[in-house]
Amino acid sequence: MSLIKSEKLTFEYIRRDEEGNVEGITRAVDEVDLDIQQGQFIAILGHNGSGKSTLAKHINAILYPTEGSVWVDGMNTREEKKVWDIRQTAGMVFQNPDNQIIGQVVEEDVGFGPENLGVPTNEIWSRVEESLKTVGMWEYRKHSPNKLSGGQKQRVSIAGVIAMHPKCIVLDEPTAMLDPSGRYEVIRAARALNDVEKMTVILITHYMEEVIFADRVLVMDSGKVVMQGTPREVFSQVEKLKELRLDVPQVTLLAYELKKKGLNIPDGILTTKELVNAINNCR
Amino acid sequence: MLRDITLGQYYQTDSLIHRLDPRTKISGTFFFIVTIFMAKNVLGYAIAAAFLVMCIKLSKVPFKYMVRGMKAILLLLLITVVFNLLMTPGEVMWSFWKINITKEGLENAVKMALRLTFLILGSGIMTLTTTPNSLTDGLEKLLGPLKKIRVPVHEIAMMMSIALRFIPILIEETDKIMKAQMARGADFDSGNIFKRAKALIPLLVPLIISAFRRAGDLAMAMEARCYRGDVGRTRMKPLHYEKRDYIAYLVMILTLVMCIVFGRKIWW
Amino acid sequence: MSIIFNHVCHSYDTDTQLKTDALKDVSFKIDDGEFVGLIGHTGSGKSTLVQHMNGLMLPTSGEVYFDGKDISDKEYSLKELRSNVGLVFQYPEHQLFEATVFEDVCFGPKNLGLEKKEVELRAFQALKLVGMKEELFYQSPFDMSGGQKRRVAIAGVLAMKPRVLVLDEPTAGLDPKGRDEILELIKKLHDEEKITIVLVSHSMDDVANYAQRILVMNKGELIFDDTPKNVFKHVNELEQMGLAIPQVTYVMHALSEAGYDVSTDISTLPEAVTEILRIKNR
Repeated sequence: MSLIKSEKLTFEYIRRDEEGNVEGITRAVDEVDLDIQQGQFIAILGHNGSGKSTLAKHINAILYPTEGSVWVDGMNTREEKKVWDIRQTAGMVFQNPDNQIIGQVVEEDVGFGPENLGVPTNEIWSRVEESLKTVGMWEYRKHSPNKLSGGQKQRVSIAGVIAMHPKCIVLDEPTAMLDPSGRYEVIRAARALNDVEKMTVILITHYMEEVIFADRVLVMDSGKVVMQGTPREVFSQVEKLKELRLDVPQVTLLAYELKKKGLNIPDGILTTKELVNAINNCR
Repeated sequence: MLRDITLGQYYQTDSLIHRLDPRTKISGTFFFIVTIFMAKNVLGYAIAAAFLVMCIKLSKVPFKYMVRGMKAILLLLLITVVFNLLMTPGEVMWSFWKINITKEGLENAVKMALRLTFLILGSGIMTLTTTPNSLTDGLEKLLGPLKKIRVPVHEIAMMMSIALRFIPILIEETDKIMKAQMARGADFDSGNIFKRAKALIPLLVPLIISAFRRAGDLAMAMEARCYRGDVGRTRMKPLHYEKRDYIAYLVMILTLVMCIVFGRKIWW
Repeated sequence: MSIIFNHVCHSYDTDTQLKTDALKDVSFKIDDGEFVGLIGHTGSGKSTLVQHMNGLMLPTSGEVYFDGKDISDKEYSLKELRSNVGLVFQYPEHQLFEATVFEDVCFGPKNLGLEKKEVELRAFQALKLVGMKEELFYQSPFDMSGGQKRRVAIAGVLAMKPRVLVLDEPTAGLDPKGRDEILELIKKLHDEEKITIVLVSHSMDDVANYAQRILVMNKGELIFDDTPKNVFKHVNELEQMGLAIPQVTYVMHALSEAGYDVSTDISTLPEAVTEILRIKNR
């Protein structure tokens, strides 16, 4: 059974002007079908306003579809009684590291989710310990979140979600506000969750380098899924990605340009190593 | 710099007072305030002072550090003393020009000064030894019975702790916006009061917008983490009284009783 | 016009034990018409450094000279300095406050005490310069997209007609499209309007493609001050500072290690293509 499934998921909202008069209807998500299996690492790409964040918020039952349906672990997000179960099954990490930490001490923040779920005190402590160790923030457990770097704050937020023992974690542009080393920390933590804990990870981002490890990449544009496949399949279509005004990893782009100039290099090169090998082979 | 302001002047160390339940400390402060106002003679003040000195010693907070926090209220203290000294009628001790200093005035001034100092030091011990977070926890638990008459105690406590978490962030943000507007030639320091008030608009509007945006984000993040008020909520750090808390309560009550018994006027 | 930093130090909390040195003995010179990239990890001191350029911060020791005058001098007009050196902060859209785009852009020139006509003329020119359409002039800036808001904020600084424009992470939080548009705008300001640019970034790729010269900060010190080519030769040092070199430079290094005779000081895509084709077609 798939963990997350959607059929013709559509989300519309009404635009209003300053006086509150209806100006029009915007279709932020347009008939999206999803089918995500347990244990997968899925990346969703798209520029700002492509509907990728709106889509993500449906998985956590923060938004409900205008038309179509979403099922999380078999639960329809429309069922009001199931909302807390759904939110526990699919945890969510947001973009701004400052605006999602509630606790004034790292360990208290990680305990916030389990507290809300009514987990007994002793177990909260063991979950906090286990989660903080998973993201490598255990030694900072007594720190104030205000003194941490952006990458560290996002790792605390990830720990706060995994302490709720979800089956799936949705990361909504977790690196958009971070510097390169912060981005690296967060992506490494997300990959470890998938590799080691076998947790399903859905990563929403516009940084291409972050998604080359994904099992599957979805590309969104004006509310629709316009491309999907393995990273190699998606990144071999350089022209189409450029058309969507998305970045292609520099290495992939270099390989593409060399191929255009007549070198015999395969499509969809993702890493430096692959490129060097390809150049070696076309001797 | 604005960002250097630390809220709730918590002093990090490990002491008996630090380890007490926050409820004990909140009640203790309350008991102590009552005690001060029960003291009517030297003995009464001595008892209160002894209790205070004991607490300071046990808290391991350097006395210097404690007094530093008092500087802000020095002016208030001075005004009170001067008022009491000059305005109390009674048996005149000294007199020059139109000013009369009476025996009663002197007595009142000393008493008020002592009371205020004790009060500030006493509540200082509470804030210095308790993190703002456990203070809100303590208040929530202490005021818990009020939930029955529909006072939203949990919500108020949650708001307090969120405020404490976001105040440093907003202070930093104020600093940032201020600099950004100064880079556009804004002037926050000159002109009369109206001009200055008007100069604050470019600071306040972005700040308020940002606060609302943060509030929206935070509410969503809290909901995503299954927050639904205190229904079915457990605690990571539940409060419970230990032996030391009971002893503390005993000492506090004893002090109060002693102060009432020995501190009355007739023992003067 | 030139900006000179002469042995500039800046410390916080000098009177307490918490004393931290945000800048340690930093010296360099920026000339008229340059396009300088300033790179450093978060907390490397680069934000403190740029705030010295327009006098929002003054050195605790050493001097900053603008046009040959010491900005710490009592008679020196910081207001004038700020109109000459425009500073665009990170997420500049967070400083917008007026009801319309146009009014917001007027804020800067109005503070300079200019006549109403001149103020409006400058606002108009600045908005045109950042490519804002006229029909958007009287809209609320808060209804706009992230990229548009950022343009408005940049126009707000440009309206002061600065000779130097310092931009702190101007592309942070934007998607690839928005990022490219802002970078192209900055390039246009440099090439056509002849504004001296200081671009603060932690994206090596952005800086490599635009800057003629790079300053690298680490722990409050100025480590490198050189052309991109020369700076990117120091792969190991840069990595230790938590800075990644452009990806194509990595490829060239990898090729060199694999035994190819390629030059490793390449940082942009077209250069790399030419270089690889050179060795392949030999």
